[in-house]
Amino acid sequence: MTIDPNAIALSVAAGAAAGLVGCFAVMRRMTLAADAISHIALPGIGVALLLRIHPILGGVAALLVGTLLVWGIENRTRLATETIIGVVFSTALAIGSLITSGEELIEALFGGVGHLTTVETTLALVLALGVIGFVLWKRHRLVLALVSPEIAHTSGINVQRLNLYFLLVFALTIALGLRYLGVLLVGSLVIIPAATAKRLARSLPGMLVISVAVSIASTTLGTWLSLSLHRTPGSMIVLVAASFFLLSLLRRSSA
Amino acid sequence: MSSSVDAPLPALVVTNLSVGFDRTVVIEGLSFEVRHGSALAIVGPNGAGKSVLAKTLIGVLPHQGTIAWEGNTQIGYVPQKLDIERDLPITGGDFLHAKAVVSRASEADVASVLGLVGLKPESVGQPIGALSGGQFQRLLVAAALIGHPTVLLLDEPTAGVDEPGQDSINHTLDRLRDERGLTILFISHDLSVVYHYATNVLCLSPGHACFGAPRQVLTPQLLQELYGAPIAYHVHHDHRP
Repeated sequence: MTIDPNAIALSVAAGAAAGLVGCFAVMRRMTLAADAISHIALPGIGVALLLRIHPILGGVAALLVGTLLVWGIENRTRLATETIIGVVFSTALAIGSLITSGEELIEALFGGVGHLTTVETTLALVLALGVIGFVLWKRHRLVLALVSPEIAHTSGINVQRLNLYFLLVFALTIALGLRYLGVLLVGSLVIIPAATAKRLARSLPGMLVISVAVSIASTTLGTWLSLSLHRTPGSMIVLVAASFFLLSLLRRSSA
Repeated sequence: MSSSVDAPLPALVVTNLSVGFDRTVVIEGLSFEVRHGSALAIVGPNGAGKSVLAKTLIGVLPHQGTIAWEGNTQIGYVPQKLDIERDLPITGGDFLHAKAVVSRASEADVASVLGLVGLKPESVGQPIGALSGGQFQRLLVAAALIGHPTVLLLDEPTAGVDEPGQDSINHTLDRLRDERGLTILFISHDLSVVYHYATNVLCLSPGHACFGAPRQVLTPQLLQELYGAPIAYHVHHDHRP
């Protein structure tokens, strides 16, 4: 068994990004939205495969377009975000399953192993660092907007723009995990570590630290287990993350 | 038109303001002026549009007409109700720190406003969802005071606060208005508080709006018209300046 150093680096970076973004997604009650948004990547992956370009590039493009679509419809119609995401994600899934088939569809849905090139790793690391930087830099603004958009507004924050940036960063985080976890499982990497941290933490810094730790532990341990047990990394990463969540339930109930 | 040299400048001039959602008109053709350093109470029955007016004044709701704040106005806002999850791991300290960072205020400012609203450090260390209603309101008032606001816009700031706490917060706000020249707009259902602290009263009611000094507006006849029922309240003559 050989462990690809690129895979380790990406596991840590993607884990940290997902852990940080997940905290605000969970606190903003975007749990279902996270799962749904990831499905928007599927038609992009399908189109990329048809055009014989890198499927992740197609997935990222679809995620960004889908996010802008959700944000635009939300601001124009004032419909609930969950409702719009529900419509957009079902449509995306339908289109994606029409233009993707066979093994490609399975890999897009559940992720795959594959070898990472240096270019892929570098791009993903830059993306992850960008996501991490955004959350750490904007965390105070995100807290104010979370507690009260009106207080945030009177503090000089453009809440609408902040929401758009957050959704885009969220979509990029989903894109980071697409290759390993696939469309169906990638949302859980954002949600489960943050949900675990929310149960254990008593303050924002505590939640951020626990979420990042659980997320990195899940991606690295899950990757190692997948190589040892010859299973797909996506399933193993999600199972490890879910185990941490179950452990958090035990600790809370015994407190 | 001429203005007196001694007259305080208007902190806010609202002209012909109308606000509605879909086909429902909530506020129609409202005009009033708030002088710098004064305290305007906004009163009226439930559904009269008080909170809608407050949100419109801070600029988060679409409207017709004009809202002109004095130049360099910095608003400290206290919303009416917040839907906070009990297990949200954000402490009062996290929230105030976030407000201070965004408002470029110092941690010394945070400590100072905590003293002003009478919030204990151990309360600030708790998650905001676990605070009592009164503690949470004090926290919101403290947050509104961070960043040296020139105007405070408070939507029922003492809702859920015990009576000594209400008196303490109201006295503090009145003192700050006096000392710092703050302009205060507050929504309240407590007409005794309105009579005691407001320099002017704006009453809202469907098809009926009035504006004036508390003694002129808070009359039994006007209150009956406004609320559709007789209203009684206490006047604390000993405290009235």
